[in-house]
Amino acid sequence: MSVIESDGLSKSFGATTAVDGVDLLVERGMLCALLGPSGCGKTTTLRLIAGFERPDAGRVLVGERLVAGGGTFVAPERRRIGMVFQDYALFPHLSVEGNVAYALGRSPDRARVSEVLALVGLESLGDRHPHELSGGEQQRVALARAMAPSPEVILLDEPFSNLDAALRTRVRRELREILVAAEMTALFVTHDQEEALSLADRVAVMRNGRIEQEGTPEEVYGRPRTHWVADFLGDAESVPGVAAGGAVECELGRFPIPKELEGDVDVLVRPESVALGAGPAPGRDRSHEGVVVAREYYGHDQLVVVELASGRRLRSRSMGFPIWHPGDRVRVWIEGPVNALAAEPASAPR
Amino acid sequence: MLAAGLAIGAAAALPVAYLAITVGGSLDEAIDTLWRERTVRLVLRSVGLAGAVTVGSLALALPLAWLTARTDLPARRAWTVLTLLPLVIPSYIGAYLIVSALGPRGLVQDALEGPFGVERLPSIYGFSGALLTLVLFTYPLALLTVRAALGRLDPQLEEAARGMGRSGWGVYRSVILPQLAPAIGASALLVSLYALHDFGAVSILRFDSFTRVIYTAYGTGSRTAAAALASLLVIVMLAVVWLEGRTRRRRAYHRSAPGSARPVTIVALGRWRWPAVGLCASVVLLALVLPVGVLVYWSMQSVAGSPDWAAIGAGAGNSLIAAGMAAAVAAICALPVALLSVRFPGSAAALVERASYSGYALPGVVVALALVFFGTRVVPVLYQSLAMLVFAWVVLFLPQAIGSTRASLLQVSPRVEEAARSMGRSPLNVLRTVTAPLAASGVLAGAALVFLTAVKELPAALILAPIGFDTLSTEIWRATSVGFFERGAVPSLVLLVVSALPLYLLTARGQ
Repeated sequence: MSVIESDGLSKSFGATTAVDGVDLLVERGMLCALLGPSGCGKTTTLRLIAGFERPDAGRVLVGERLVAGGGTFVAPERRRIGMVFQDYALFPHLSVEGNVAYALGRSPDRARVSEVLALVGLESLGDRHPHELSGGEQQRVALARAMAPSPEVILLDEPFSNLDAALRTRVRRELREILVAAEMTALFVTHDQEEALSLADRVAVMRNGRIEQEGTPEEVYGRPRTHWVADFLGDAESVPGVAAGGAVECELGRFPIPKELEGDVDVLVRPESVALGAGPAPGRDRSHEGVVVAREYYGHDQLVVVELASGRRLRSRSMGFPIWHPGDRVRVWIEGPVNALAAEPASAPR
Repeated sequence: MLAAGLAIGAAAALPVAYLAITVGGSLDEAIDTLWRERTVRLVLRSVGLAGAVTVGSLALALPLAWLTARTDLPARRAWTVLTLLPLVIPSYIGAYLIVSALGPRGLVQDALEGPFGVERLPSIYGFSGALLTLVLFTYPLALLTVRAALGRLDPQLEEAARGMGRSGWGVYRSVILPQLAPAIGASALLVSLYALHDFGAVSILRFDSFTRVIYTAYGTGSRTAAAALASLLVIVMLAVVWLEGRTRRRRAYHRSAPGSARPVTIVALGRWRWPAVGLCASVVLLALVLPVGVLVYWSMQSVAGSPDWAAIGAGAGNSLIAAGMAAAVAAICALPVALLSVRFPGSAAALVERASYSGYALPGVVVALALVFFGTRVVPVLYQSLAMLVFAWVVLFLPQAIGSTRASLLQVSPRVEEAARSMGRSPLNVLRTVTAPLAASGVLAGAALVFLTAVKELPAALILAPIGFDTLSTEIWRATSVGFFERGAVPSLVLLVVSALPLYLLTARGQ
């Protein structure tokens, strides 16, 4: 059952089209990410769903009830949506409890306030005011406040952008645990692909006001439908090949591909699929000669650039060991599935 | 909201509109009155006085603001309060005290006559006396504005400038002064409009600037002449406002960076400490100690001779009631106008705001005259009623309430309001439960400001108060304009105490 559904949602500001025909479906209990670069229209989409903007065209349904489109416009306060703002927008004149109780209307249920505060682990800070809290605590208050009236869905606008990097991973995990424990449906906006992939059950990748691809994190990362999505979600090398009968042939070898592609294609190779070894790979019919030309060391892993005999350069991401040096002769092969896309005239947009 | 705003804007613009109608009704006569050489001289005299007062006030306010806000001046907190205190002395009381001290047969000459045989002091009447009086009692307006701006400056900007190799004075010139420019511009506008508005001081010091000439014309029954001169004065003031507006640029004022602001850095004065104290002390002596001393002297004389306590009590009561009503009405009217301008900026909001600010460009004499014409011809029921006076004060002082309310609304992030909407609250409910509490301090400060100015206001009270309804200000005026310094002393003292209270509340909030 869908909690949020939008069809052909569009919005322009003057001459700028911010959102251009967005179709989105969020299922109950799902944690969905709207991922895209800044200016792609993702925050506007969120505000259209929340009711802070009026769409120029298209419809929005919340809990299978039409809230915008076709002459209908339901005010934000009647959409049963909880919202967590980028800067949290806590009420500075109210305590933590006051902020949560505010969401529960005129005669707030004290027990519910405590229950929600306990859920986010802030039961001991109820008397504090927002300015006395750390960034992570403020975010949890904002979340508690949004969840308190048991909305259909919680919308989060760049929920981690105001936190420092060290805190971000922990808060991300806590947020996911809280939302799952409360069986909440949530849609969050982010420009950080790592955040989207690690937190969400489903990811919608947005570009120029449109949704370019939607699917599980594994799908959008492993089987991107466009070069742009492949590139936006992580490093990818594009190697020309020819597809026929469910397989693709390129200079790196012959690989099965899931799609019914024929003819000229681009084979997309992620650095973590490029394996390196000192000798021939065990049980591999094809590995290639290469020379290490550069290496970036990150501690937990390393990025090694190798040049094949053909002159093609590939990047390989592997564990921090063994240590490679520029000039080392290595064997190169492909590990795991690869993905192919119909060839683009201006391929490999790097 | 828009309807409320439009109604308030229309009401505020009513005096100007009616003034225009009056002048338009007898245009030939009005042009006859104005088409004389002495009109040009009148404009030059008034603008000259306003310009000189502005320069003088800023010359006092800038060093005082810096000394009290950013240095280790000894007893800095005390000087801060003392240098601001002359704000509570209305110009007509200040003028009366200065005349009674420095004028012919005044206290100073009296004291000098015995031992030194001094029979004449340089005349206090005319331009120099008006300039001295107005500077002494308007510089705190500029001081308040500039000091607040100095305190709000982000110290990180100064640190950044220092990090880029700028030294002390360079930082002031390149970072601080440009940021103070809006405050200095606003102060100049405030002070020059005050000088053009002022009726009490110029009348007592017999300097023929616009307001005095208009009041005289009205007093001698030539209404068209008064209306024509009043219109010309409005045009002059609009020109001043327009000039100031051209120097201003639009900016966002609410903090966008997270984290809390750090306190400003303090400059050590070193060997300049005592000269700095000397400057503060001489200003306080002239603008506060001398007038208050004279006032206390006259009050003691007066109390010794059993003053009319009943009349003073009635005057105080009337002042409180009328000014309190004006403050409440102005605060209520300010909210929709400020909300429109902050949350729904557009041509309608701009129109409403501009109309509501018309009181800014209108001296009390002009608004009062326009309402006399309006009252006698259109709504005779209201003429000579308290409602008329309250209305005049609301028109005159609404901009103060709007300014203060608007400033506090600007600091309420729209996201906070949206958050409340998303929690099931209607726009009106959000206004009541979120916006209003967050803006409450600004609304209250606006009401206090209106009260403070209304309670001291003279010309509108003089012209519009119902017969028999004497306020403190009209009582003081009646006594002192004919030289009964003693009789005006106790009401003046009461007025100072009454108007000092809201100022105290305002500065206490500001700490």
